[in-house]
Amino acid sequence: MPGSDAVVNVVVAGLGGQGVLKASGILADTAFRAGLDVKKSEIHGMSQRGGSVSSDVRFGERVFSPMVPAGEADFLVVLAASQVEVAQPVLKPGGVLIHPGLVDETRLANKRSLNVALLGVLARQLDLADNLWHAAIKAALPEKLHAANLQAFAIGKNP
Amino acid sequence: MPQPNPDRRLASGNEAVAQAALAAGVALGTGYPGTPSTEILEAFDALGGRAQWAPNEKVALEVGIGAAFAGARALVTMKHVGLNVAADPLFTAAYTGVTGGLVVVSADDPGMASSQNEQDNRRFAVAAGVPMLEPSDSQEAYDFTLLAITISERWRIPVLLRMTTRVCHSATLVQTKGQLAPAQPPTFVRDVPGRVMIPAYARPAHHRLRAKLAEIAAWNESEGPTQVVDGERAMGIITSGISFQHVREAAPHARVLKIGLSYPPPVEAMRRFAASVDRCLVVEEGDPYLYEAARTAGIAVEQKPEMYRFGELNVSRVRRIVAADVSPEPALPAGKPPELCPGCPHRNVFEALHDLHCIVAGDIGCYTLGVLPPFSAMDTCVCMGAAIGVGLGLRHTLPPEQARKVVSVIGDSTFVHSGITGLVEMVYNPPATGHVLLILDNGTTAMTGMQEHPGTGRRLNHEPTGRVVFEDLARTLGIKNVLTVDPIADSDAITRVLREALARDELSIIIARRPCLLAAGTIKLREKKSNAGQ
Repeated sequence: MPGSDAVVNVVVAGLGGQGVLKASGILADTAFRAGLDVKKSEIHGMSQRGGSVSSDVRFGERVFSPMVPAGEADFLVVLAASQVEVAQPVLKPGGVLIHPGLVDETRLANKRSLNVALLGVLARQLDLADNLWHAAIKAALPEKLHAANLQAFAIGKNP
Repeated sequence: MPQPNPDRRLASGNEAVAQAALAAGVALGTGYPGTPSTEILEAFDALGGRAQWAPNEKVALEVGIGAAFAGARALVTMKHVGLNVAADPLFTAAYTGVTGGLVVVSADDPGMASSQNEQDNRRFAVAAGVPMLEPSDSQEAYDFTLLAITISERWRIPVLLRMTTRVCHSATLVQTKGQLAPAQPPTFVRDVPGRVMIPAYARPAHHRLRAKLAEIAAWNESEGPTQVVDGERAMGIITSGISFQHVREAAPHARVLKIGLSYPPPVEAMRRFAASVDRCLVVEEGDPYLYEAARTAGIAVEQKPEMYRFGELNVSRVRRIVAADVSPEPALPAGKPPELCPGCPHRNVFEALHDLHCIVAGDIGCYTLGVLPPFSAMDTCVCMGAAIGVGLGLRHTLPPEQARKVVSVIGDSTFVHSGITGLVEMVYNPPATGHVLLILDNGTTAMTGMQEHPGTGRRLNHEPTGRVVFEDLARTLGIKNVLTVDPIADSDAITRVLREALARDELSIIIARRPCLLAAGTIKLREKKSNAGQ
């Protein structure tokens, strides 16, 4: 199908307060820095803690809809184990699930960097250069959090 | 690595509108927070534009109209239901027209991600007689904001920019190009027959409006932002807004007519397009607006099956529409629904309302979640401010033993938005059993993301300003029983004062004041800053 085969579809899911939107923002910015067409979609709802949150990122030569169609995600990054079952239907058959157990949280300098560590796991499978990831991480976070998050990314990328 | 282009960036539709407003020299942005529109004015402020929150959308639009009468460019933003509140000034501003460009953003919420209905505000453009643009991504949000100002100033008419949740909140690439000729410096030019809508002046004004719309319709046919994407003649699709993006992906071989200015609709372009294809289908979210416009003009088009009127469209649903598939759609597992945050000060209040078996006339905000277990302490929720009127109506007509259980519950920002007139009604037409109004004052517009309002005493940019004090307001209006409690510091107090107020056949106002748990730290910082600045 023209226009859609080349598009990479990623869904990031978790609970409010875990940094789902921060993670999808870093991914989208990295793809943007690589010169690709990018669309990122999310639903902002009530300000609240603990509800399900998910965000779609699509990138490639040309992207149309900002939303990943159900059952067509190439990658699903889940930040909370409890959300795997809810989010799973977005994955295409043979799609890759990146669940929080893939990162040893005890190695993270800051536990709140789990989202960025899981982006590191995702980065193993994407053709996006490390320097672009690093630049996007730095652009998304205040300077005092740079070191912890670059470390988290590295732990995910090269365990 | 590709050459960085400083004018090209990833931005949400809301940010793109703000960038365009800045590039267009918009002198004033005003509105009331409402998902999915809230970030437009916050971004405009962050970029250095002059942005302010109004107490509600009606006031915001009136301020915008005044600015545009002065010759300044103005931007007024709101969610779809906000336009109901602002409808009164909108309909007559179509008659008066404007001098400076006036853009009214209506951010619709098909699927109701965070709204009480999914009304399709394209109907408002028709009803009021104002031109309407529908962007499909952030680039168009930028381009159409500039175009809206151009149209507004050329025909001296307010223009609706109708966004939807996915256009507002999706980030897509934007090239910030294009500037407008600078606005004339504002100055007062008297135009009594043009600006004072007594019947004698309004009658010719209505004729002027229809003449403008006829000219805009002709312009839309020849030069409007209509786009044809070539494809096979077997299948033609007429679409607009976000649906265009889904269509391009779901039906990549179809010939597509994308409409940018959907009121007045480019009927002749639709007619030519429909004649150029074997089958012509209209794919649009919400109401069959474009379909009806085409059919009224005698153009043979098909519409989506009725089941797709409900909720958002997406690529999967558009594939089904194209295939005329009306089989039941697969249900996706529901996520963890929102609930009142652990530690939220509203929790103790709803526990008390539950324990006292109150009949609760509720309102719009985070606290609407008081309807869910374990509280199950809300019985009505209609629109902003309705808690008070609905509560009074219940009190007036229920048998006294039930009437004495009715409590109106409203948040601080909602109270300022449209609860004050309800309070006046309460004083003016008090029920025989009295009434109890409970204001949940958490010091912020929490639900939309911690915006300021006139009760916080800080402006949109968090700088100090005049503050509406609810207790003073209530006493000034003649309410004798005005009580303030902290629902966290003294968790029994709320039950005690509620029980006492319910036992009196008088008017009582209870203000449950405690900062939102998520905002408390930020509020403290803002207070410190504004105290230091004084």
